[in-house]
Amino acid sequence: MSAPDEVKTVRSMSSKRTRREILRSVAMGGAIVGASLFGFFPTIKKWTPRLRPPGAIAEKEFLAACIKCGQCVQVCPVEAVRLGDLDEGFGVGVPFIDARSQACDFSCDAVQCILACPTGALAHEIDKKEQVRMGLARLDKPGRCLARQGKGIKGPARGPKFEGIHRIEKIDRWKPVRMASYDYDLELCDLCVRECPIKGAISLETMPEDPTGLKKTPVVHESCTGCGMCEMICPVEPAVIVIDIRRKWGDV
Amino acid sequence: MGFFDSMKVMLGADPLRTVGKTPEAIALHEAKRQIKGAERAREIKLQHSKKASNKWRNIRWATLIMVNLLFVLSFRFDVQLVEGALTASRVVGFHFADLNSALQVMLAYKHILINLVIGTTTVLLLWLLLGGRSFCSWVCPYHLLSELAEKVHLMLAMRRLVMNYPLHRGTRTVLYVVFALLALVSGYTVFESISPTGILSRAMIYGPGLAVIWVGGLLVYEVFFIRRMWCRYICPIGLTYGFVGSISPVRVKYDLRNCLHEGDCRKVCLVPHVLECTKKSYAEDVQVSIGADCTRCGACVDACPTGSLKFDIKGMDKLL
Repeated sequence: MSAPDEVKTVRSMSSKRTRREILRSVAMGGAIVGASLFGFFPTIKKWTPRLRPPGAIAEKEFLAACIKCGQCVQVCPVEAVRLGDLDEGFGVGVPFIDARSQACDFSCDAVQCILACPTGALAHEIDKKEQVRMGLARLDKPGRCLARQGKGIKGPARGPKFEGIHRIEKIDRWKPVRMASYDYDLELCDLCVRECPIKGAISLETMPEDPTGLKKTPVVHESCTGCGMCEMICPVEPAVIVIDIRRKWGDV
Repeated sequence: MGFFDSMKVMLGADPLRTVGKTPEAIALHEAKRQIKGAERAREIKLQHSKKASNKWRNIRWATLIMVNLLFVLSFRFDVQLVEGALTASRVVGFHFADLNSALQVMLAYKHILINLVIGTTTVLLLWLLLGGRSFCSWVCPYHLLSELAEKVHLMLAMRRLVMNYPLHRGTRTVLYVVFALLALVSGYTVFESISPTGILSRAMIYGPGLAVIWVGGLLVYEVFFIRRMWCRYICPIGLTYGFVGSISPVRVKYDLRNCLHEGDCRKVCLVPHVLECTKKSYAEDVQVSIGADCTRCGACVDACPTGSLKFDIKGMDKLL
């Protein structure tokens, strides 16, 4: 074989290598971008609607502004704040609260999660718990409410196995205790009103349709912050009172 | 190699052979040309008979594990020394923000918050001093796992069980632009949802979730198909820190004089294109600074049998 031919072979082989390399690169680049775009499905289809921590700005902006560092998780004294997983699309690493298993009870008093947020995804304008608007409490299954049936509650609110913790001022002003270790003994269940951390957000009122006056109903007021304490403490399974995420007073 | 050439190589261009060489370099290249065949082989063998070192690798792994452990233990024992994760944190109260995560947030959110600016500036200055991509090899947890995956890959490759299918290095540059545009247009921090750095950092601190499966998948893919795929061809974090490192005083410096050009440094390097000057007759000067894409991992410093590659701080000799 003559010398020029050899050069030609080498060159054509290397260009073939490069062409394959480019094809592979385009395919892999596309696959990576494609994988990242999967996040759109759970996000846009709202597969996993989440209650966001106090001060969270509007959902779309919240997902954009959150830097996914979890500093809000670290400061929460009741460990109510958790981080999203892969099934939440762009909500990976974004904080949320599962109120039924562990609600925010404002144990920290000064909305620590907001102070911890480095990007303002939890809006810094808020410095009092009363200003928080995460959602609104609503009686989801009024017929099963203990107070509305005139029933009381004895023992721990959520049974002896419940892991959730809560600050009970009578026991310790600063250290939250396990709810399972605290026994109630109430003639008429008023737990959602009794343990609500916001003054005047919920009250127990008489029911006009009840002539005996022994049955009462919880009524949610405008100052409700949607923290979810009532949802966590409700002894009925599933909870009679639930938080409508991001609903504002006056919204249907 | 000049600043712009080093940038071009980092963005994906093939390193070119420099034409303008200093007279000293030319003289050295000429002297080396005289040493050939058996004599050269003997010299290389002699130098390699000395025990190979893992000094920098050990220091680096210890540092990487320490830094990540600091995050984990600080939260576990609530000492508030380092709060947050690698994407953003407070270090004894000072805001730190990962440059790429901060960039994604700013592009997606389109507001610039003062805390984020403070955190980003702090980190920018830190890595400007410490070498830019040194973040990759000295801090990023994925880098360590990927190094282990690479070892497995090389072991299997030696037994001809797997083959490496390299990508074009320009892929990372294209993806960098794509992810920046995606954040800007969609208003979501799209890259963050698949970034193994963030996922691993959070998994260690807050407990693992489904997202670690994605990271595991990447590692498996790297073992069987593409050696160091994520760090070499994909990760925009690496490119962000690469820009920062381009003007950093901390770098690896190459010395032509004792180099045997046997190429062991390029075999262990994550980014061998930065070591082009170590090829026989390539160096344009007696001493050459290694380019922007270098992660300052020190693998070449460990591998070099003649001590021709060393860590260096620019201007330090003048200062002392």
